[in-house]
Amino acid sequence: MNTEYNFAYLDEQTKRMIRRALLKGVAIPGYQVPFASREMPMPYGWGTGGVQVTAACLVPDDILKVIDQGADDTTNAVSIRKFFEKTGGVKVTEETAKATVIQTRHRIPEAALTEGQILVYQVPIPEPLRFLEPSEVETRKMHALEEYGLMHVKLYEDIARHGHIATSYAYPVKIEGRYVMDPSPIPKFDNPKMEMAALQLFGAGREQRIYALPPYTQVVSLDFEDYPFEKGGAQQACGLCAAEDAYLDEVIMDDAGTRMFVCSDTDYCRVRREAGHIGEMGVPLAEDAA
Amino acid sequence: MINIKNVSKNFTLHNQNSVEIPVMENANLTVKPGECVGLTGASGAGKSTLMRMVYGNYLTQAGRIMVGDLDIVTALPRQILELRRETLGYVSQFLRVVPRVPTLDVVSEPMLAVGVSRDAAHERARELLTKLRIPERLWQLSPLTFSGGEQQRVNIARGFAHEYPAMLLDEPTASLDVANRETVLSLIEDAKARGAAIIGIFHDEAARARVCDREIDVSTYTPKVV
Amino acid sequence: MTPLLKVENVSKYYGNRLGCRDVSFELYPGEVLGIVGESGSGKSTLLNCLAGHLEPDTGEVVFDTRANGPKDTVTMSEPERRMLSRTDWAFVHQNPRDGLRMSVSAGGNVGERLMAVGARHYGNIRSTAIDWLDKVEINEDRTDDRPSEFSGGMQQRLQIARNLVTGPRLIFMDEPTGGLDVSVQARLLDLLRGLVRELGLSAIVVTHDLAVVRLLADRLMVMKDGHVIETGLTDQVLDDPQHGYTQLLVSSVLQV
Repeated sequence: MNTEYNFAYLDEQTKRMIRRALLKGVAIPGYQVPFASREMPMPYGWGTGGVQVTAACLVPDDILKVIDQGADDTTNAVSIRKFFEKTGGVKVTEETAKATVIQTRHRIPEAALTEGQILVYQVPIPEPLRFLEPSEVETRKMHALEEYGLMHVKLYEDIARHGHIATSYAYPVKIEGRYVMDPSPIPKFDNPKMEMAALQLFGAGREQRIYALPPYTQVVSLDFEDYPFEKGGAQQACGLCAAEDAYLDEVIMDDAGTRMFVCSDTDYCRVRREAGHIGEMGVPLAEDAA
Repeated sequence: MINIKNVSKNFTLHNQNSVEIPVMENANLTVKPGECVGLTGASGAGKSTLMRMVYGNYLTQAGRIMVGDLDIVTALPRQILELRRETLGYVSQFLRVVPRVPTLDVVSEPMLAVGVSRDAAHERARELLTKLRIPERLWQLSPLTFSGGEQQRVNIARGFAHEYPAMLLDEPTASLDVANRETVLSLIEDAKARGAAIIGIFHDEAARARVCDREIDVSTYTPKVV
Repeated sequence: MTPLLKVENVSKYYGNRLGCRDVSFELYPGEVLGIVGESGSGKSTLLNCLAGHLEPDTGEVVFDTRANGPKDTVTMSEPERRMLSRTDWAFVHQNPRDGLRMSVSAGGNVGERLMAVGARHYGNIRSTAIDWLDKVEINEDRTDDRPSEFSGGMQQRLQIARNLVTGPRLIFMDEPTGGLDVSVQARLLDLLRGLVRELGLSAIVVTHDLAVVRLLADRLMVMKDGHVIETGLTDQVLDDPQHGYTQLLVSSVLQV
């Protein structure tokens, strides 16, 4: 730990400000709380919102996990993990079950989270109505007055154009029958997982918004009576661990276009392979390591 | 049915030094159901003016104009509108319609306005247009493209489409050929027979003599120029 | 009979500048009221005050609501007023771009008001939308096209369909035929007349086109410098205008 930084980079006053926003967000699930987002030593779009929320939540005993599209080993995930190791001296892990705080970009881990864990989302555009109504004044009024017809217009347009609801990520949800919320760009496959035991916090750095879902909050994906929400998902099993219930990434293997599908959640895949599950294209874990 | 009592009218031209032009003074006229009264007098005597006052198209400064139970002089706009829809018909010399609306619909409109079904209204419109010798091939065209005489006949068909208890006819037979003139006169006679009270302006003396029960010379109500 | 809309002493100032002053009138079900006047006469200000887009400085705008009878829309809560403007009211803008979502298909534009009041069955929403497109003479095969691909006249007809789909009782129109070719104007006027008659709509039409009000409006209000200077039956005001300004206005119209 580098002692020239305050614990977890942000000064205590800023953390208090963010915690107040978080508490308000928890008190009004799905409501976007404005906060005074700080400049962070990374560009917008790299998780500045999530990092500030994480910084405000971390205590020295925490064990941090960071994933990007489900993977622990991408540049973004590695960098943020190192950032908090350096500025906070916290322990880090890749194991979902061991982590107390998980910062994520675009995925929810496959393994069910438990009470006591915190899931921090990086959010690029927190306003679900933004693409249909450009005025912030107007969208805030629409939230205040629960005027959400416009959200369904987007889904209507999907069906009219594609024959089904083609929105496959950042799929809008309604929280406890009140606020319509953008779940960040997670695949709609993850939407049903949002009714979970862990605390979920959302941070949008550039847009200066924080919102939250307390544990066991009702989260309903918007749909039509005759076009109900479908979480979708892969048609096959993971090539490495044979999981059939996981969200898969497509990997191109060679110039001939050979493809394989593997779990996007790298830790989930590893745990399964350790337990002896072997996919069609996989090999036992020991050989792989060798 | 129509009772005009001590009616006066003047025009004030604000943009011409606010000059006041009196055009009507103490006019009196009563028309009973089934009666047709012809207005006479030289051009400019105020025949059309009086007729427009009865229709509510011109304001009246003094007096009383009863049509049925309604005094046009003091009536609210919506009362006059209702009267025009249900009770008081007016065949003017000019056809005023939305461009590009088919003739059949133009003639049907007054009936639709009082709640007649579209089919029944079209049926009656076809009957009237046939009677007035408007060729069937023109029915789907806007009357604004027609000749003057044809427009006049469409206007008459529209005016007689709904059976108004009171009617105002401004030169209904002008510019019509013999056969059509005959048709219009018989329409007027039919209207009288069913009890309509009619005020008409006819330059055509023979027509006037045939359908009018009385004549009123409007020039007796023309104010003397000072 | 209860008036659908009762306007009493509505005034609106922009700072020291007068928008409109002491306007009062009643509008009954099925009536079409025309408001004419030149640019700056306050007619658009008045319309926006009536439709809840602007808050008048003084006065009442009492609307006969379906549920609770006459209520002042100036003092009612904003959610209530916005609900009215999605259900019982309609507003047709002069520029269809102001009244349409240009990036949303024609069907979506018409369906929005239905979804806004809780419709959640795609099939029903779509068939209602197609039904209304047909009423305003837009072919079913254009349902999924965006309004940006439509002509000006079609956009205006789409705007009308979008507004009327929830069965409003009062429709506000700001220069509905402005900016359209005369041939397109005529078709739109006929459409509006038919809809007003068949649906028993009441309407307030602001325009500077006297020919439009003659064909569309039952009654007429003439405005100048923020004041109403003359009211009456449309044909009476146009054929026998009493106020000097109205006489000037009427006599200034070019004859074709």
